[in-house]
Amino acid sequence: MSMYGFEAMSFNIKDGFLEAIVRGYKAGLLSAIDYNNLCQCETLDDIKLQLSGTDYGNFLANEPSPLHTATIVEKCTQSLVSEFSYMRTQASEPLATFLDYVTYGHMIDNIVLIVSGTLHERDVQELLDKCHPLGMFDSIATLAVASNMRELYRLVLVDTPLAPYFAECVTSEDLDDMNIEIMRNTLYKAYLEDFYNFCKKLGGATATIMCDLLAYEADRRAINITINSIGTELTRDDRRKLFSHFGLLYPYGHEELAVCEDFDQVRAAMEKYPPYQSIFSKLQFGESQILDKAFYEAEVKACVLGYEQQFHYAVFFAYVRLKEQEIRNIMWISECVAQNQKARIHDGIVFIF
Amino acid sequence: MGYSPDPGSWRNALTYISPYAFSAVGIGIAIGISVLGASWGIFITGSSLVGAAIKVPRITSKNLISVIFCEAVAIYGVIVAIILQTKLESVRMVDDRWTPDALRAGYSIFASGLIVGFANLVCGLCVGIIGSSCALSDAQNSTLFVKILVIEIFGSALGLFGVIVGIIMSSQAIFV
Repeated sequence: MSMYGFEAMSFNIKDGFLEAIVRGYKAGLLSAIDYNNLCQCETLDDIKLQLSGTDYGNFLANEPSPLHTATIVEKCTQSLVSEFSYMRTQASEPLATFLDYVTYGHMIDNIVLIVSGTLHERDVQELLDKCHPLGMFDSIATLAVASNMRELYRLVLVDTPLAPYFAECVTSEDLDDMNIEIMRNTLYKAYLEDFYNFCKKLGGATATIMCDLLAYEADRRAINITINSIGTELTRDDRRKLFSHFGLLYPYGHEELAVCEDFDQVRAAMEKYPPYQSIFSKLQFGESQILDKAFYEAEVKACVLGYEQQFHYAVFFAYVRLKEQEIRNIMWISECVAQNQKARIHDGIVFIF
Repeated sequence: MGYSPDPGSWRNALTYISPYAFSAVGIGIAIGISVLGASWGIFITGSSLVGAAIKVPRITSKNLISVIFCEAVAIYGVIVAIILQTKLESVRMVDDRWTPDALRAGYSIFASGLIVGFANLVCGLCVGIIGSSCALSDAQNSTLFVKILVIEIFGSALGLFGVIVGIIMSSQAIFV
């Protein structure tokens, strides 16, 4: 679309207004002072009071006491959704497609949530309530009728934007937990590769920054798939098939990850890659549970850096990621407050600024 | 300057084309391209400013300065166009040829118009892009406004260089 450095001349024709809008939204994210105040809260009503001065204020204002963590999280998510849909309606191509791509990840998660919930005989309505609103599509409620992957594809998903991603995982096998998890990762792999190529095609600063962010995402998924599949029936070749074909770890890191049999082997393989070496070096031996937090911290840092440059689309992607992290933080704080576990409150917060 | 026997040659083209044609095109470029630069800059600044002002209304009046800087670029074009058109005098062809002085005047007005037009085009772009960044930065952190304004002033000086050179150039244009 554009040559690097020359976006400045034409970017604002279509996207200048929305870029300024999203930067305004980003300025509304909670500051370190806000987090400090939230951590001082004794009850969920205190949290509501603290949040009333922020962008979440309007969404929580009419909630009666007693509050629940789920309500707070739901309202905060609503604030993200309303901001996102405002931008989506204002956007013209190719930004509109870009914003759609940002939601496909949630769509995949929602499909997996419904399918695996149905497998365990949960109520569909209850499952629909748990779905992320950004990943909703019209036929989502009918997902529950499918009993195998082929039906799932033919009855429901062929009409969604995710249909092309199913090419690799349409089998007649019955759905079980393992299959569903493999489906999620196969879909994610196809989605990330598609998104990556789309961003590359956009060119300019968008391509530079988004390809880095997506490469990080692909690498993180590869590492997580490896760690989670240790000790399961998943063969080495099947594991390698779930890795996206781009990123810092592609292709040699993937070879090494495919053969890892315990956490320390993963760590040893990652020592060769400076960005991941620094993440793994934060962990004591055997501390795989705080790996997620370390990954989130690195992601947040990369997203915030995206705002240092102007005239590109990565700010929209970064905004959704940062806001989601913020909602996770609020959820953690609320949970700690609700369960009287204030000593652990700082363990789960990933500070954004 | 001799005339080529070949009626289709470049030399003939450049000597037989009326200096008024060159002058008119030069003046047209001076104002037209300057206004293009100004308007381009204003939309780059304006679209960012409008978006950023929704969350932070305080930036609007301050950042109008960026729009005014862009506008100045169009005004340079208007001024130079007016100066250039005052140089035009009526001269006649001698022996069916334009006099060397008249040709020189035509070319210098043409060149002056080119210089001013394109200097102002890039100046408008430059100021517009900085103005857009200025609006976005001011919305995040108001202490940045003055610092970016300084950069913007240096950017807008670029157009002035073009104007100065253009005026000096056109002072040689004397139709006799």
